[in-house]
Amino acid sequence: MTAPALEVIGLHVTFGTGARASRAVCDASFRVAPGEAFGLIGESGSGKSTVLRALSGLNIAYEGSILLHGRELPRVRDKAFFRHTQMVFQDPYGSLHPRKMVNQVLLEPLAIHGLDRRQERVDAVLEAVGLGPAFRFRYPHQLSGGQRQRVAIARCLILEPEILLLDEPTSALDVSVQAEILNLLHRLRTERGLTYVMVSHDLAVVAHICDRLAIMNRGEIVEELSVAALRAGTATQPYSRTLLEASIGYRPVIVDEAGAA
Amino acid sequence: MSGIQTIQETGRQGGSLRKWLSAPVPDSPFQARMQALWLAWLRLRGNPPALAGAVMLVLLILVAIFAPLIATHDIFAQDLMTRLQPPSAQHWLGTDDLGRDVFSRVVYGSRITLYIAFLAALIAGPVGLLVGTTAGYIGGWTDTILMRLVDIFLSFPSLILALAFVAALGPGIENAIIAISLAAWPPIARLARAETLTVRSSDYIAAVRLQGASRLRIIVHHVMPMCIPSVIVRITLNMASIILTAAGLGFLGLGAQPPSPEWGAMLSSGRQFVMNAWWIAAIPGCAIVFTSLAFNLFGDGLRDMLDPRHG
Amino acid sequence: MADPLLRLRDLRVTFPSPVGPVEAVRGVSFDVGREKLGIVGESGSGKSMTGRALLKLVPKTASVSAAEMNFAGIDLLAASERRMRTIRGARISMILQDPKYSLNPLMHVGEQIAETCRLHQRIGRAQAKARALAMLEAVHIREPGRVYRLYPHEVSGGMGQRIMIAMMLVTEPDLIIADEPTSALDVTIRRQVLSILDELVTTRGTGLIFISHDLNLVAEFCDRVLVMYAGRVVEEVRAAELNKARHPYTQALLRSLPRLDAPVEVLAVPTRDPEWRDGPTYRFGEAA
Repeated sequence: MTAPALEVIGLHVTFGTGARASRAVCDASFRVAPGEAFGLIGESGSGKSTVLRALSGLNIAYEGSILLHGRELPRVRDKAFFRHTQMVFQDPYGSLHPRKMVNQVLLEPLAIHGLDRRQERVDAVLEAVGLGPAFRFRYPHQLSGGQRQRVAIARCLILEPEILLLDEPTSALDVSVQAEILNLLHRLRTERGLTYVMVSHDLAVVAHICDRLAIMNRGEIVEELSVAALRAGTATQPYSRTLLEASIGYRPVIVDEAGAA
Repeated sequence: MSGIQTIQETGRQGGSLRKWLSAPVPDSPFQARMQALWLAWLRLRGNPPALAGAVMLVLLILVAIFAPLIATHDIFAQDLMTRLQPPSAQHWLGTDDLGRDVFSRVVYGSRITLYIAFLAALIAGPVGLLVGTTAGYIGGWTDTILMRLVDIFLSFPSLILALAFVAALGPGIENAIIAISLAAWPPIARLARAETLTVRSSDYIAAVRLQGASRLRIIVHHVMPMCIPSVIVRITLNMASIILTAAGLGFLGLGAQPPSPEWGAMLSSGRQFVMNAWWIAAIPGCAIVFTSLAFNLFGDGLRDMLDPRHG
Repeated sequence: MADPLLRLRDLRVTFPSPVGPVEAVRGVSFDVGREKLGIVGESGSGKSMTGRALLKLVPKTASVSAAEMNFAGIDLLAASERRMRTIRGARISMILQDPKYSLNPLMHVGEQIAETCRLHQRIGRAQAKARALAMLEAVHIREPGRVYRLYPHEVSGGMGQRIMIAMMLVTEPDLIIADEPTSALDVTIRRQVLSILDELVTTRGTGLIFISHDLNLVAEFCDRVLVMYAGRVVEEVRAAELNKARHPYTQALLRSLPRLDAPVEVLAVPTRDPEWRDGPTYRFGEAA
């Protein structure tokens, strides 16, 4: 068995201090094999996005270990890490700088890392995400949601990473645009052998892209299972089953809400 | 023959410039920027008060640039025989107590006023921007120290602060400019810091952090561009107060020194003649009002123009 | 339809823009009775604008026109703003997407419900409070007395939406327009909120216009579905017959959704055929 590309051991993330401390993530552990697509499913407050932010290095206030190819990552990541791991954000309207043209957005990471043949790489990556050179000199407000998300994906790819962290990449998009972006993500993974860690609240989306997934509830990983098992409905934990049923369709069920704040 | 061809060419040129500016796919960063500017111009056109302000400003700048051509008399030439003359055909806006032509002095005075205003803005703006964005982005002790510094400066009324500096450094235009800038930068820093705090938590900043960008790069290339429009608008709206402070200093004899035709100084010397020769004080006063109004009107419309989201 | 609550014919909503007038809604017609009607579309289809135009809540710069906009005998188009104020909240209510933004953050939630009561019905404070508490119970909130005194930021999303529903139904309106009422909610909460809406709407015989981008959700919850594209209704089907939809756009939407039970390698991406802009509308399988 090859070493996992990414391994999380005993991740704890707490926000706030003292009496007002709230545990966002509690003892999360999982492994992602190289070339695998791993999904983290949960509802709001489950801690899934917090896990992703800890993985990416955006949030360094965590306990536990994160290992990349067997080597533990320091809390403050170095530049080499960012060539290796990139992140696609949820809101396409917020993830591009409003005052920078697409070309500038894509050239910047190349400048930071001192790579050569810059314009060539920019053109290549724009083709790879299905936008042509015509988009180079547009501002984000001149692009649609789907196009912005493609630019965001291109920005990640231009450093040729191995691992892509995806934070609900299609939940802010229209249904038809979602299909395009999901197809793109699937194709890129197959073509480039990328490893994905995708966070979502939508089971169907995760099932489409990922091979394995973990279900999170209130900061804990409730169950890990393969997508095949999910489709077959063989989830074992009660929360997983509730989530599965709720995702499949609407059937009248009324619960008296207790009013906890 | 050649005349008609030239006209046709001009027509085609006009048409092709339009087409270039409204091309859906820009071919170069330059074209993209020009298109953005053209759209900003269209937005300005659709805002009559702001357009009026812009026209007034352009007029002012033209008057300042072409002052030697517009002025009718030598501004320093004294003629005690023709002192305190009301507006007439020879002296369009009359003469002052030393027989100097008021019109020409007001025209040349525009140079001084614009010089002071733009230079003060040019100093206060970048300083405030730098302090505010750094404090806002880095946070912690840097933020605390810088903002307390801002608080100290803000606790002085601007005219008093300017007075204190000019008194310490000595009267003169350059010192007046420094003094005014010192009073004008703290609100800019506050504004820049507030914008930075909002910008700091955006996804696009997170994205560039994830590329390994240094803090300096993030502040200069990503945070500042978001703060600059608000800063420009704020400074433009502050211009009126900068001009009035400059006039105030001039009025007190601490700004431009006589015989310089600075409007505030002219106002001051015209005080004693307000009853019988009102034009000596009123005309520079109107000029000050005109300039302040122009900046205010234009500043109001600037935010619309500078926000690319309204493309 | 025998005696519809709402008759709408040829609704048009136009906005001025630098490039000329833009029609957000281009000739929408439908009837609503005491049933659940779903309106589905993507962003830009005009579905939200349709809902708002019915209550004349469009921006001032927009102009609304229709051949007929009749609610229970009242001509909504000709109604004055004063008349509309007596209708909004009392006879036609609107439930919005995010209770964070639609509840007043400075008032107790219970008081907001009571306020709605007092605004439209001449009853005293005590009676309004009693009605509000009864309504909170009707949306299955345990301890209504305690929740009455909470502020909006102290309640969860699902409960906030229940409170919103309570607020909008306390005056017993004839018609509810719900604009993406569950889009901001988690999946498990969504079912509960919809069940409550279902129960209330059925027991009180209220009409419901359910606007959403989620085709499957609307199809399972509503009785009839309208699909909107580019400001027009392109298809009308009975919810149970959605899989027999005829319009290529509806079919494309259905095929482009990833499904848990039917994995595909590549999702079908709807091509935007320019013919759809002015092409035929399919009503119950027949082109119209």
